[in-house]
Amino acid sequence: MFLKEYISDVYNGITSLLKGMRQTGYYFFHPKEIITEQYPDNRATLKLADRFKGEVVMPHDENNEHTCTGCTACELACPNGTIKIITRFDITPEGKKKKAIDTFIYHLELCTMCNLCIQACPSDAIKMAPNFEHSVYDRSKLTKKLNLPGSKVKEGIE
Amino acid sequence: MSHEKAINDLKIKSSMFSLEGITSSLHQWLYATLSPTFALLAECVIVILLAIALFAALGLVLVLMERKVAAHIQIRLGPNRVGPGGMFQTVADTLKLIMKEGLTPDKADKFLFNLAPFIVMIVAMLLLAPIAFAKGFQIWDINIGVLYLSAISSLSVIGILMAGWASNNKYSLLGAMRSGAQIVSYELSAGLAILSIVVLSGSLQISDIIAAQENGWWLFKGHIPVIISFVIFIIAVTAETNRAPFDLAEAESELTAGFHTEYSGMRFALFFLAEYINIFIVCAIGATLFLGGWMPLHIGHWEGFNHIMDYIPSSIWFFGKTIFLIFLIMWFRWTFPRLRVDQLLNLEWKYLLPISMLNLILVTIIAIFGWHF
Repeated sequence: MFLKEYISDVYNGITSLLKGMRQTGYYFFHPKEIITEQYPDNRATLKLADRFKGEVVMPHDENNEHTCTGCTACELACPNGTIKIITRFDITPEGKKKKAIDTFIYHLELCTMCNLCIQACPSDAIKMAPNFEHSVYDRSKLTKKLNLPGSKVKEGIE
Repeated sequence: MSHEKAINDLKIKSSMFSLEGITSSLHQWLYATLSPTFALLAECVIVILLAIALFAALGLVLVLMERKVAAHIQIRLGPNRVGPGGMFQTVADTLKLIMKEGLTPDKADKFLFNLAPFIVMIVAMLLLAPIAFAKGFQIWDINIGVLYLSAISSLSVIGILMAGWASNNKYSLLGAMRSGAQIVSYELSAGLAILSIVVLSGSLQISDIIAAQENGWWLFKGHIPVIISFVIFIIAVTAETNRAPFDLAEAESELTAGFHTEYSGMRFALFFLAEYINIFIVCAIGATLFLGGWMPLHIGHWEGFNHIMDYIPSSIWFFGKTIFLIFLIMWFRWTFPRLRVDQLLNLEWKYLLPISMLNLILVTIIAIFGWHF
């Protein structure tokens, strides 16, 4: 009984080690698998992962419209006060007041790229962009206004 | 007939340019022009120069090879900036190490601290003596070659213990003690694995062991028991050279750098170089014992195939096999995680040693009844 266990231990040990060596050997003989990006040289053809989180951006469509309703869910979700939303009230043609964003302030210098604001957003107005070349000479340039000038919320987004 | 004559002519021609021809003609020339004492001295000087040149070349090539192999196994590119494809990376590193200050800690035992890297290096140099690099190209064909190798290789632990103790640093001492426990235990199974080949070829002399493999390498001739002892040999020598997965003596995540924590500059480079020289030497021993040293690959009675294999120079066979084994060792250095101390000793005393003892008995039975090919 003991001997059987001993032999199966040795067998399992060897097979699992060989499994590991097969994987690394596969990588060694398939240079196509190499994932190194030779960064400053291949800036134009850089391939980044989809889940790469570089900064928060607000996509606008061709009519300069975004989908942010100004609900401030992202502002509340942010753990370190990176987002500040200034809202205003627009008067609709029917004479009703409607809440809209005036300025979406994003402090890149405070952001930890935790993705909580994107998860909190009910209308998918913001997303993470794969930009990482953020260095500037002045700190104030890191405080960004995400909604473009003159933009407005898309029709039908509440 | 004429075909055979042509082959013989070619053999004579190729032997003129072989290393054996060069060494024997140099030997004759030296003894003809100088008195025997000076001729011997001149030969010693030539051997020393060749050994140092080999060490320097090995250090540069193997470190680069390790970095490249490691990179490709980890899906990286590795050094690729200095020279074409990163070829001169290790040259640049060596230049840097030569320029660096060699610091000796205040409370270190200065004499032992400075002596230790040289001991490790000298052991590596001594191990070079009985290795046959090519046909007839051997420094010293001692009749107890294999015994000499296993005896000298265990001396390197003294250098490591010396370095660890003299550094006056707890990490160094811990690393050195681990290394001592490891080398002393793994020597047993390495020795038993070597013994199985000694039993089969019936000689301790390296040239005899190689000659016994003329009609096929022991790895192929000796059935499964020799394959088992080959595997055990590779595991044991990896442990003896303090390489991952047995690099507990250095264990950078636990002991900063183990026994060479306090070393810097050229003395660190000597330890680093000695590691790679030792890898080369143990792989050369493995190639000699199990893969036939400089013997070309011969398969049974395939005369044509065997003749073609004979045209490849013996030095290329030897270095090819050695590099292959080095690649094997690097392969699992970059695949397996490091063992804990208790796992390390378990592996040796509970698995490798009993298996290799049983295996030695099997090999002996095979040798007695002549069941090998």
